[in-house]
Amino acid sequence: MRRLLPVAAAVGLLLLLAGLQPWLRFVLTIALSTGLAVLGIAMLLRAGQVSFGHALYVAAGAYAVAFARPHTGEGLLLLLLAGLVATGLGLLVGLFVTRYRDIFFGMLNLAFSMVGWSLLEKLYGLTRGTDGIRVARPTLLGFALEGAAWEWALFSAALAAALLAGALVASYLRSPAGEALGAIKTRETRLEFAGISARRVLLQAYVVSATLAGLGGAIGALATLHVTPLLAYWTHSGELVFVAILGGTGNVLGPFLGAVVFELVRVHAAAAFPDAWQMILGLVLLAIVLAAARGLVGLLDDLAVRLGWRG
Amino acid sequence: MSGALLEARGLALAFGGVRAADGVDLEVAPGEILAIIGPNGAGKTTFLNMVTGYLRPQAGSIRFAGREIAGLPPRRIVRLGIARSFQIPQLFAEHRVIENVALHLAARDGFWAPFRPLLSPARRSEALAILDDLELAPLAEARADTLDEGARKLVDIAMALALRPRLLLMDEPTSGVAASEKHAIMDRLVAALRRASVTAVFVEHDMEVVARHADRVAVWSQGRIRAEGPPEAVLADPLVRREVIGVEGAPC
Amino acid sequence: MGLLFLLAALDGLAYAAQVFLVAVGLTLVFGVLKILNVAHGSLFAIGAYLASTLVGLVGVPWLSLLALAMAALAVGVVLGPVIERGLLARIYEKEHVLQLLVTFALLMILEDVQKLVWGVQPLFEDAPVRLLGQVEVGGIVYTVYQLLLLPGVALLVLVVLAWFLRRTLLGRTIVAVTHDREAAEAIGIDSRRVYLLTFTIGAALAAMGGALAAPTTSLVPGIGVQTIVLSFAVVATAGLGRIEGAAATALLIGLGRSFAVYFTPELEVVVPYLLMVAVLLVRPAGLFGSTELRRV
Repeated sequence: MRRLLPVAAAVGLLLLLAGLQPWLRFVLTIALSTGLAVLGIAMLLRAGQVSFGHALYVAAGAYAVAFARPHTGEGLLLLLLAGLVATGLGLLVGLFVTRYRDIFFGMLNLAFSMVGWSLLEKLYGLTRGTDGIRVARPTLLGFALEGAAWEWALFSAALAAALLAGALVASYLRSPAGEALGAIKTRETRLEFAGISARRVLLQAYVVSATLAGLGGAIGALATLHVTPLLAYWTHSGELVFVAILGGTGNVLGPFLGAVVFELVRVHAAAAFPDAWQMILGLVLLAIVLAAARGLVGLLDDLAVRLGWRG
Repeated sequence: MSGALLEARGLALAFGGVRAADGVDLEVAPGEILAIIGPNGAGKTTFLNMVTGYLRPQAGSIRFAGREIAGLPPRRIVRLGIARSFQIPQLFAEHRVIENVALHLAARDGFWAPFRPLLSPARRSEALAILDDLELAPLAEARADTLDEGARKLVDIAMALALRPRLLLMDEPTSGVAASEKHAIMDRLVAALRRASVTAVFVEHDMEVVARHADRVAVWSQGRIRAEGPPEAVLADPLVRREVIGVEGAPC
Repeated sequence: MGLLFLLAALDGLAYAAQVFLVAVGLTLVFGVLKILNVAHGSLFAIGAYLASTLVGLVGVPWLSLLALAMAALAVGVVLGPVIERGLLARIYEKEHVLQLLVTFALLMILEDVQKLVWGVQPLFEDAPVRLLGQVEVGGIVYTVYQLLLLPGVALLVLVVLAWFLRRTLLGRTIVAVTHDREAAEAIGIDSRRVYLLTFTIGAALAAMGGALAAPTTSLVPGIGVQTIVLSFAVVATAGLGRIEGAAATALLIGLGRSFAVYFTPELEVVVPYLLMVAVLLVRPAGLFGSTELRRV
């Protein structure tokens, strides 16, 4: 019950904000989709592994929506398809990258994402290059929605996906295979001497992380109704890692909290400093990492302890 | 053919010019507790590493319960029923003690069930029982990286025991444990092994521990076994006393 | 067809030379500091931009080659120590994931520093290429700059670096720290100085790669990242920390890429990574990396 209280509070706050301003509904939908991708990054961080290329799976989900849209009009079907495409790609790449750790894991992911980005840019006939592809608004559960009704429906779908993913991942992280992620970080060889394939542990989490990123990308594509190769660019991967560290990886709420704060700040800051946005992110990331801080979740936790809500 | 649980024949492995194993022949009978002694660099740990698949022997065979295991990867060998503990404890530092043990319990079955918690009530009580066997129950909730060396050593053994092996290999189980506690801990450990009818091989430097707890002793020197037999006979052998115990200093 | 083949080979050689300069710095720094500097490509980019600016500033063509060298040196000597002392020195003892995050943050920062200083419009300054003129090789008119200067500098760096590390006291000190830092410190080697020196050399090499590449290509935002990813591919394919291996692999990947440019242009960006994946699937530690005895 105590675990559900922060979740209920977060959902309440999101609904309140979304009701306040129409533009907030859009921003929060995007934030939830980012949070889904970041949730996957956070799983990998538990194993001490950082992927600098997960935007590849966000883009895979988004482009799956764009490519499939002319063939089907149902939004939920598009989300499902996008999840499947990202999962398949994650399995394919994962079989290779999970042979490696640390530097190799991080950089190989970056390399794969940059290949994906280049292909999206170069294969103009298929992807229309940097122009990207416009996505016609689909139906949701068969309803053709417009304006505020569409925004609310998509926001609700994103919220439902986030809640479901958060619950499943939280449960997975408490399972033996989930707990073994932390064991990869501290003493991987001992897992092998327990008869457990560390690579399989990591691969499982990697594939799940790709699915989550793909789902996030698909929701993002439905919100913006436009996909471009920039979705796969390294700066986007960097933002996902940034949000994971900002939110904190100790808890499945962290990625979503981080994403909401990040997207709300970005709405103003990225417009004010278009050429210094990455620099600001880099500086904040350095500050958090060097101070060994536990992100926003850690901050809230400390606050709760200080206020006497938690022992 | 013999009734041996573990049977090594002609094991050889050289690192550069150093012969860490130079024709090792050894049989371990079911249920026995065998001590391996010998000077540093004699190849004792190399033997454990070959049996557990960490190193591949360049020649020779290792049969476990009649089956050839030389060259199999560690994961396969563990599944056949051989577990080990380490000279330098190999713990999951950021997990609690009970989680370290429970991960090993789960490794036998149910490891990949995605939505059943690691610390299910059944697994928790089983883990606590194993910890209790080694008097570690009070430390169950402590994080592994907060333990002292002696406790880390025992948790390392508890993790291996949690795999419910038929054969347990231990590399210096009592080094790092306070001298005053050594015998008490070995008493409990050996009792636990006998209760579960686990066959055990342990590398040991403390001759008193060997004399009191081993059924049989094998003396290693320069990659070979120089002598083996009951502790009282082997430890009284003048050659062994000079070459092994002498090198190591008087038994403490 | 024959001409196209020759053209691809020449392009590949010039490209390999420039990739080698960056990759060798990356692998040298990793070998000694045990940190993979994700921002290494940004030093390449800043070296390239600074070189273009300096060449434009001096205006006199025959000084332009000197301007390239000055740019490389300036980046190495200024940014090298600032980054090593200011940032890396704080994280040598930390977890790998943290080290990666720190240098990645540095990449994000330097990427924007470069945009703030030089803007986002493409920059092209080929005075050094024009200075050296052209020459005919087997029926192809090719620039002397790409035919001789780039491969020449790369070869010189390879030879000097190999000589420096094997034959000089300072070089052998660096190698000693690479093999066993604690033992090196026990015999009185100041590993802090070795780290500083190595990182400065590595930064200068990256910037030199950039400065030499600048006259042959238009500079745009993003070249830093493309460079780090490609030079990582080279270094990983060779085996981390292998200097001669990096040269051979740079050649392999440079030629692979340029043949792709001429014969399967849509695969240009993919070929280097296909080569890398193919090599790593067969030899996980790289072409020249040592496979370890342990098996888990």
